[in-house]
Amino acid sequence: MTVKTMAEFAAEDKTPEILFWVGCAGSFDDRAQKVTRAFAEILTSAGIDFAVLGDEEACTGDPARRAGNEFLFQMTALQNIEVLNMYKVKKMVTACPHCFNTIKNEYPVLGGNYDIVHHTQLLQELIDSGRIKMTEGGTFKGKRITYHDSCYLGRANGIYEAPRAVLESIDGQLVEMKRSKTNGLCCGAGGAQMWKEDESGEKRINVERVEEALGTGAEVIAVNCPFCLTMMKDGVTGKEKQDSVMVYDLSELIVSQMAK
Amino acid sequence: MVQSIIFILVAAAALGYAFVGFRKVYQNIHLGKKETVSGPTGERWKNMALVAMGQKKMFKRLIPAVLHFMLYVAFVFTQIELIEIFIDGVFGVHRFFAVPLGGFYNFIISTIEVLSVLAFIATVIFLIRRNILFIPRFNKPEMSGWPKLDANLILIFELMLLAFIFTMNGTDEVLQSMDPAHYPDTNLAITGWLGPAIFGGLGQGTLSILERVGWWGHILMVFVFLGYLPASKHLHILLAFPNTWFARLKPAGEMENMPAIMEEVKSMMGLGDPNAPEPDMNAELPEFGANDIFEMSQIDLLGAYTCTECGRCTSVCPANITGKKLSPRKIVMDLRDRSEEVGEKIRSGNAEYAKDDTLPVSADNFDDGKTLWDFISREEVHACTTCNACVEACPVLINPLEMITKLRRHEILTEAAGPQDWLPLFNSIENQQRAWSVGTSRTAWTEE
Repeated sequence: MTVKTMAEFAAEDKTPEILFWVGCAGSFDDRAQKVTRAFAEILTSAGIDFAVLGDEEACTGDPARRAGNEFLFQMTALQNIEVLNMYKVKKMVTACPHCFNTIKNEYPVLGGNYDIVHHTQLLQELIDSGRIKMTEGGTFKGKRITYHDSCYLGRANGIYEAPRAVLESIDGQLVEMKRSKTNGLCCGAGGAQMWKEDESGEKRINVERVEEALGTGAEVIAVNCPFCLTMMKDGVTGKEKQDSVMVYDLSELIVSQMAK
Repeated sequence: MVQSIIFILVAAAALGYAFVGFRKVYQNIHLGKKETVSGPTGERWKNMALVAMGQKKMFKRLIPAVLHFMLYVAFVFTQIELIEIFIDGVFGVHRFFAVPLGGFYNFIISTIEVLSVLAFIATVIFLIRRNILFIPRFNKPEMSGWPKLDANLILIFELMLLAFIFTMNGTDEVLQSMDPAHYPDTNLAITGWLGPAIFGGLGQGTLSILERVGWWGHILMVFVFLGYLPASKHLHILLAFPNTWFARLKPAGEMENMPAIMEEVKSMMGLGDPNAPEPDMNAELPEFGANDIFEMSQIDLLGAYTCTECGRCTSVCPANITGKKLSPRKIVMDLRDRSEEVGEKIRSGNAEYAKDDTLPVSADNFDDGKTLWDFISREEVHACTTCNACVEACPVLINPLEMITKLRRHEILTEAAGPQDWLPLFNSIENQQRAWSVGTSRTAWTEE
């Protein structure tokens, strides 16, 4: 897959329609890389002229800031803002709700003002405007799908409807967990928990959440966040359901069912 | 005459006592750091109207919301009757508004009576929920001892308050036919029939004593209630209003910026203001984050005093649900307990608590050898996933997450401590600009 970087666009004296902020998980985590590829494929297929920063991208600083390490957050955030402002970036999209939240809500006061959307919002827009079309009777048609709200897309930014609208387009049967939308239960990874062992307790948070998801009888658990993806996948594997229950990012569901 | 004098003395003493209590609360909240209040003021009034007055967030859980609403409305309306009780008490008159208002008086007091019956039912159900039904959020470790007693005491006060008012109105209804000159004719919705049913057949002497017992009992309970409030979780009936007004309007996902650190990093990166004064290298290193109430904001402390310990935050906390030690409610309660302790120590004037013992003890000159870490363990703070569920759940817009992240900031920035597990994360971001030290290029995903 050929993807152009901002530097390449700049060398040609061109500006892309949108900058795809890939994020650390999307760049380096094996499973999340598949989501990145799926989303890039959708963008390409929709004819969107997009760029990535490539190695000029740095961690947004979300986990450092939530762990309490403000110095590190400021260092990495200011570095990113320098790069983004240098390229005069205006519009951005990311498949990570943590990157999304940090860039949207925390970069402006540091001098970084961008119009950023989460990939589920852009997907909804592309489907609604007909820039991507779904095939009839795809893999997920009629399947029971449950949707897990991530904390940073949901409660932190109030985005509940766009991902659900995207799910509707694949003709699955959406079954909600009891704890959904504003009452959604965390997967356990936020607040830099992804990088540390759980504090001692009765069970892991992802196990609690996966039990609830399995309780809906869903065959697919749809997520919008690379951390949720890892946590839910681990939980499903822990329950030995990995052969019957799949965990997918929304863009993976769309890419498998869109007309190419 | 004698009754008027006694009433005025009792009222003055009770109000004075309550004032002292409220002033302490006010002082304790002001031990925190000032926080700039930003954002549209209209939004703040709207929050107060909807969330405090309209109890919007309570209705996420229907049963307690309806019960609580019954109590709330009864409480607000009863204040009208309290005005009359005060006038009667000071001037030695009886049911001052009954004759001039006539039928309208009947309507008002009857409304209060109906609401009071609902409040009575709600209170009994609340007592059952707390003491007989095992509702998990009322039975967490932080609720043992005083918090549990506090909750029950308030409910018992409420029942006594209502019992007295029904005794007062009930005996009055019977006395009206015996001494119409002193007891103006009313026909109240509940005691109009309940009064004669209970008190009918008693002699006039007994009835008039009972009527006074009801009147005095009611007003004394009001005074007890008022004096008790500053020491109780029940303070929410007042502080919910300022707390919802002062609640931060920023997006839930935004963590407060730390301008001092931002400026320092900017100047390190050569992005700083070139005209900025040279930093003073000999200056005492500033403290970042908070390990005590002095570094928490006044809005955090107002929140701590507003908390009525309902436990909705804890009941939705993913860490708590899965058996970790973290309970957002406990963090909030600990902030209040620590504020109380510091406030008392400062007011004691005891030089033992002065940092510099040549100067009098004050908020700026205080060291009792303790911090919030004597109340809150590291384990609790480390268990938070910053998921905002507690923030979303709070019916009065308290933000436990803000308190937790301030504690984390202190631990990492000021103490250079924190979970060992995070060191690889920090090193990786610092040295490789990525959250994991794996992989090669950020575009490796394109090569498949």
